[in-house]
Amino acid sequence: MVVTLVGVSVESVFPALETLLPRVSKPVQYVGGELNATVKDWDSTTVRWCLMYPDAYEVGLPNQGIMILYEILNELPDVLAERTYTVWPDLEALMREHHVPQFTVDAHRPVGAFDVLGVSFATELGYTNLLTALDLAGIPLRARDRTTDHPIVLAGGHAAFNPEPIADFVDAAVLGDGEQAVLEITDIIREWKEQGCPGGRDEVLTRLAETGGVYIPRFYDVEYLPDGRIQRVVPNRDRVPYRVFKRTTMDLDEWPYPKQPLVPLAESVHERMSVEIFRGCTRGCRFCQAGMITRPVRERSIEGIGAMVRRGLEATGFEEVGLLSLSSADHSEIAEITKGLADRYQGTNTGLSLPSTRVDAFNIDLANELSRNGRRSGLTFAPEGGSERIRRVINKMVSESDLIRTVSAAYAAGWRQVKLYFMCGLPTETDEDVLQIARMAKEVIRAGREASGRKDIRCTISIGGFVPKPHTPFQWAAQCHPDTVDDRLRQLREAVNADRGLGRNIGMRYHDGKPSLIEGLLSRGDRRVGRVVERVWRDGGRLDGWSEHFSYDRWVRACETELEPLGVSLAWFTTRERTETEVLAWDHLDSGLDKEWLWADWQDALGEQEQDDCRWTPCFDCGVCPAMGTDIQIGPTGRTLLPLTPVGGDSPVR
Amino acid sequence: MLSRQEQPNPSAAAVQKLRLRYAKRGRLRFTSHRDIARAFERSLRRAGVPMAYSQGFSPHPKVSWVGAAPTGVASEAEYVEVQVVRRVDPDTLRHALDAALPAGLDVLEAVEAGPGTLAERIDASRWRIELPLVPAGRLRAAVRALLAAETVPVQRLAKDGRKTLDVRPAIVAAEVLEEELDTSSTSVTLLTRSAMSSEASTTGEVDNLPQRRKDDSSATSSRCGILMVVVRQLTPAVRPDDVLSALGVVADLEPPVPAMAIRMEQGRLDDGSRLIDPFALDRRLIDRAPVGESDGADGAEVARR
Repeated sequence: MVVTLVGVSVESVFPALETLLPRVSKPVQYVGGELNATVKDWDSTTVRWCLMYPDAYEVGLPNQGIMILYEILNELPDVLAERTYTVWPDLEALMREHHVPQFTVDAHRPVGAFDVLGVSFATELGYTNLLTALDLAGIPLRARDRTTDHPIVLAGGHAAFNPEPIADFVDAAVLGDGEQAVLEITDIIREWKEQGCPGGRDEVLTRLAETGGVYIPRFYDVEYLPDGRIQRVVPNRDRVPYRVFKRTTMDLDEWPYPKQPLVPLAESVHERMSVEIFRGCTRGCRFCQAGMITRPVRERSIEGIGAMVRRGLEATGFEEVGLLSLSSADHSEIAEITKGLADRYQGTNTGLSLPSTRVDAFNIDLANELSRNGRRSGLTFAPEGGSERIRRVINKMVSESDLIRTVSAAYAAGWRQVKLYFMCGLPTETDEDVLQIARMAKEVIRAGREASGRKDIRCTISIGGFVPKPHTPFQWAAQCHPDTVDDRLRQLREAVNADRGLGRNIGMRYHDGKPSLIEGLLSRGDRRVGRVVERVWRDGGRLDGWSEHFSYDRWVRACETELEPLGVSLAWFTTRERTETEVLAWDHLDSGLDKEWLWADWQDALGEQEQDDCRWTPCFDCGVCPAMGTDIQIGPTGRTLLPLTPVGGDSPVR
Repeated sequence: MLSRQEQPNPSAAAVQKLRLRYAKRGRLRFTSHRDIARAFERSLRRAGVPMAYSQGFSPHPKVSWVGAAPTGVASEAEYVEVQVVRRVDPDTLRHALDAALPAGLDVLEAVEAGPGTLAERIDASRWRIELPLVPAGRLRAAVRALLAAETVPVQRLAKDGRKTLDVRPAIVAAEVLEEELDTSSTSVTLLTRSAMSSEASTTGEVDNLPQRRKDDSSATSSRCGILMVVVRQLTPAVRPDDVLSALGVVADLEPPVPAMAIRMEQGRLDDGSRLIDPFALDRRLIDRAPVGESDGADGAEVARR
């Protein structure tokens, strides 16, 4: 924190960085200068946030969560927010050699000078990147070694629903939506600083803990049973609640962020602007942590969406708009939204896309609206499981006939390429369940050839390894061993290639199962796993989300060194099935889901029983709404988008 | 199903071609050509330029590029051509597009295209290469050795291994200047100063950071050598890096800190070592056009600004 720096300007590190940039790959990612970026005067602000997405710039920049918080914080006159991302190892080495600290890309200020370092973890594989950033910033790795001179290191994002593996490294974690949480945290820090920082770091952290919505790992003790399981997790001081609840932002129309999406100079993974059309999902797919922890469903209104698209396109010049959510075709007015937007942007070469679409909610009218004004990119669907049986287990209720009907319509309407996502290693899965993927893909090609009258259509099947996640019905499940996953994928490839006539039109994309096992360790790990993270990082582990950097052997070695002396192991955390009574490392972190309901849903999964969606059928008592004081917010509103002059309409060159 | 004949996304035909000169300055010199192309396309949309598009499933705005300074090299003279479906006033386009582009990518000139291609009007570049901490005398000796040599083969690291390239045939002329440079940053010259201030001016709220850095007492100044060199565009192209490598080969010159190169000019070589402005011909046509020939609506738009 800047207690000792009040009145002292913080210098840009850019002059020192600039001499290193000609020597690194893709230097543009470090220079900032994005359209719609904000740089404020350091000295005229009181609370200063550094927001980090712990991955490479090209992945982190498009992150909606960071963009939203960046804008909300910068709208406050006495608050400043800047961004930092993981630097590649080539620059990291030069920064160490030339003593350049971790910096923000906005004004190139040293990260260590900020009040808060907020890190958004979309995936657990970013944990080693946190340690790199802390170390480069000169911030002690362990929270307990920090003083009032250091930022409060705050974790957010989906992985923060079990931050125990990084409990030693973060000061605090926030569960759930960040819009209001960052404002409340800002208020607490501002007041504490204005009071002269009474009680030091412990006091400000205690005030945060008292809200009930900020988890301070250091204020809780974990006790273990002789067999290695957790006995209990309890607060170790007064003023700290037993359970920490997640945050839920209601009424999305009141939070139309980002209003001015960032447009990078560098190429990023999403070359489009995004508008979140709803948050939460109650489809109830049992593997899906996002669908479980973001309940209830809250739709943005059709007018709210129209206004965000308009403002965003004007501010960015992007030629594609992604209508973002966990299952975008499920918006109660998706047909009116897509038609309204296609009408508005007719003739402007503005494309619309639904990055996440359910087969059963998709229809050809939607497809045609999406491609009317722009490019006809590939269509992607996620049946997730190859057999009807496994789809009942995971509660992904799409039938094969739905899929065939939908893709036939798409091929008939001129699409040439359909992508299908599946998972391998699901609970109760057999070889046969996975081999059904090949049969399904061949059916798709057959139906597509018939519908389109062409031979050259393609279907790509993309397969990811399943990782059991906290706060889902599969949180008790044994993770499938990578050898089994790899063997099933090998059999699947053989089955696809067995029929050359169809197989040559089927592409197959998958990775080996090993990174998934490590992701599983970090997802369901407890505080003991923090030692493994640190060991891996000290042994050179960097950018674990990138296959060219990830080393399975390094993780396995670190597990042997750090876990086995404690009587636990990589297998204990991953491929072991948990029992109903076991205390889970995240039980004191409240996602609103009733643990008894989760267990009952897990038993239903094993019994191949489906669960309906509470948007269209009665409440099934998952527990979230009563626990969090929330309710479903959905349409239809019955309203439509009015025509308007499209982007650039009042331009001098129009 | 669509037949092959029924192409989607029909676009109106282009009615006018415009040529732009733009600069790539300060930290924006680290953009690659692809980065710049993306930024331009988005800025053309933001500015509301009535672009002509290609046909087909993936329509692209009609923008064509002439060469491109390498990543890490700044430029005052980059060229691009755009085609539009409704006539626009070049100067209005220049201002609107410049306002929509990130600071550091600055549109300097716009003309309506005359006959011929832009590419045939460019066959050489004048580069300014700043070498901080290299005394002008030392640089001058190295340049003399370079000019005296008949061939200067240098190694270049390419994606597919090392390649050898002869730098000498591309060198048309070279001279050495001496200037005061702030060595706390390799980027500080009159040309880049304005672009560097974009660091703090994105929202227009505060703009005093770079000034503060300039006033930083730790900054030191020293006289340093500046190489002005005219390079003919051959295949493969000889880049500023290659010229520096050549100085290493002929005179063991190794800059202690990275040099900074700026393309000052592009054009067609005259009989000596001077470059003819690629827009000279286009401008001559405009000057000859009778007053009032340009589209009246454009005039009204300009007045409204």
